[in-house]
Amino acid sequence: MTELASFQAETRQWLEENCPESMRQPFNSESEWCWGGRKFEFISEDQRIWMQRMGEKGWTVPTWPREYGGGGLSKDEAKILAKEMRALGCRKPLESFGISMLGPALMKFGNEEQKREHLPKIARGEIRWCQGYSEPNAGSDLASLATKAEDQGDHYLVNGSKIWTSYADQADWIFCLVRTDSSAKHDGISFLLFDMESKGVSTSPIRLISGSSPFCETYFENVKVPKENLMGELNKGWTIAKYLLTHEREMISSIGESFATVSPSKSALKTIGTDSEGRLANSALRRDCAQMEIDGMAFFLSLERGKDEAKAGQGMGAVSSMFKYYGTELNKRRMELQLAIDGADSMVWQDDPKVPALWLRSKANSIEGGTSEVQLNIISKRVLGLPDK
Amino acid sequence: MALILNEEQQMLKEAASGFLQDKAPVAQLRELRDRADERGYKENVWKEMVDMGWAGIAIPEQYGGVGYGYMGLGIVLEEVGKHLSASPLNASILAAASVIMKAANEAQKAELLPSLASGELNISLALEENGQHKTSNFETTATPSAGGYVLNGEKRFVGDAASADKLIVAANTDKGTQLFLVDATRKGVATESVTMIDSRNSARITFKDVELSAADRLGNDQDTSSSLSEAIDIINVGISAELLGISLRVFEMTVDYLKERKQFDVVIGTFQGLQHRAAHLFCEIELGKSMVIKALQAIDAGEPGISLLASATKAKMCEVAQLATNEGIQMHGGIGMTDEYDIGFYIKRARALEHSFGDRNYHLDRFASLSAY
Repeated sequence: MTELASFQAETRQWLEENCPESMRQPFNSESEWCWGGRKFEFISEDQRIWMQRMGEKGWTVPTWPREYGGGGLSKDEAKILAKEMRALGCRKPLESFGISMLGPALMKFGNEEQKREHLPKIARGEIRWCQGYSEPNAGSDLASLATKAEDQGDHYLVNGSKIWTSYADQADWIFCLVRTDSSAKHDGISFLLFDMESKGVSTSPIRLISGSSPFCETYFENVKVPKENLMGELNKGWTIAKYLLTHEREMISSIGESFATVSPSKSALKTIGTDSEGRLANSALRRDCAQMEIDGMAFFLSLERGKDEAKAGQGMGAVSSMFKYYGTELNKRRMELQLAIDGADSMVWQDDPKVPALWLRSKANSIEGGTSEVQLNIISKRVLGLPDK
Repeated sequence: MALILNEEQQMLKEAASGFLQDKAPVAQLRELRDRADERGYKENVWKEMVDMGWAGIAIPEQYGGVGYGYMGLGIVLEEVGKHLSASPLNASILAAASVIMKAANEAQKAELLPSLASGELNISLALEENGQHKTSNFETTATPSAGGYVLNGEKRFVGDAASADKLIVAANTDKGTQLFLVDATRKGVATESVTMIDSRNSARITFKDVELSAADRLGNDQDTSSSLSEAIDIINVGISAELLGISLRVFEMTVDYLKERKQFDVVIGTFQGLQHRAAHLFCEIELGKSMVIKALQAIDAGEPGISLLASATKAKMCEVAQLATNEGIQMHGGIGMTDEYDIGFYIKRARALEHSFGDRNYHLDRFASLSAY
């Protein structure tokens, strides 16, 4: 038996023995996701056990090195793990900004002590992170951020506020962009890590048009942050911020990926029915469904091609902007089409995960993580080489 | 299978690009048009293409081909699209050879395919009867007779008919749709050349009491509409590859122009209104490219469900090529409207290709039907 084949057999056996039965069902809604962290309330003992077992094995982050709490798997082994999890219907054990965003940046820019301190806790789901980027006056122009961190000898004193901080009210730690030099724009930004329980930190959830409150406004009033919590060099935080934004874009486009192969025509057949020739009874809607499904297919294949090119070292460059732009616009279209399919029924108010709330929530897809317009700017400049002036 | 070109395919692409740039650039199409060339392509250029193995590129080795598969032909067609290189590659190889592969019997394949691959024989497909594409219920009839069949009808949009030695004619018979191989010079065959918008050779052909033998019928004595349909799926994917090449080249020309044209004392590429449209177009072309690669690979792998993928690919590439050529002309402004500038050749060829073997609407409709709605 080859090494990979025996790995596959062992993996299957381990999953069968360790994945609780109730964790082998598809998620009914986002409310069943496991986020971990100090404040998290598990929906069941099974959910807690599943996260814990996977965390101990390092399989929440299969390819991270073992010394940082990862599984130390090769890409091929990680593929097998994912395949076996799919085959068994295992739920994702841990949803985490620590894994998808901070982790890769920490690995690249953090010092050894920071990696050993934070990465294992992310892997085990012990600490939940949030991202302190946007500010009330720094949205698309993120680098104009004004939250200040003043050097006080052994610590920084942080003052200011952040907005659109996802789940800040439930997070344990924050990775935060702060201004450490007001005489330079991009070169005056630093990257700080600190505990949300620090004195002077407060949060207030923002209610959205969709009825939910995933985002917060976060305030810092004379928050003392130890000097060793600076990640990377002083005033070089923008480089880390950009790197991390790439990962955020990839995460957001992967949401598009999960919907890309859904066929709106299936639900249209139920609500609209067919004519005497078996065609969807509304021909305009039929055309919209066909166009949507073809674009979904093309987008899905493009994500696949993007991965294949990256593996072969022929990356297209700035592809994350393309996928972020196209995937989120596609998702908005998909939700509009769903309203057309459901008709006035879609106007009856229903919370997440029902259509009315999802439709409204989708409007944020092309705003968060860099607006569509910002992505088009990036493509224009970095891919097409169109000049600024 | 990874959606990228392997080393061999990458080399083919570079070789094709270099050859066409050198031997069959858009300037040559302009020259052929200006002197209303009867054949519509340069015979010596086609001969060189044949010598490089392009005529047999998708034909299996057992029939005298190179066996690079449709991925190979698709790569060449994409480059053909970039340079608008005229040759019988579409009519004789993409169309006729594919129909023979799918619909002919073993003896016919063994006889015809090697001659197509060696360039000795040119065959054109005589399919359409009016402006709307169809694959069955033809007006053209082949009525059984003592000697075999008698063919009557009129076919339009027959590509490269001027240089075709033989025609494959789709006709209605007592068995349904069947295909017939007819010598272009056979008694009762009348060819009338038609000037098309893309300056490529095309004809209207009438068949009046053309006597055929049973051996002239492709395949066995049964309805061949499903084999014809399978071949047309392949043809549409090949056309999509050429449309991709056109889109890529027009986009390149347009972005170059945005970087050099000055108005209001700055290059117009600094204007966000144009930048965003160009960036959007880039995304659409990339999406189309993924479809084309996937569809070509799926044909070669013999994957089931090719029809759905083929229609999706053609519909998407029609949309992309329309956007690319329309935006290309608009962003070029007045110069884009001049005959002197090449972009006009691209929009004409793009539309002519879109309207062959079913346009965007046809394939959106077919995609929905194939998806059972």
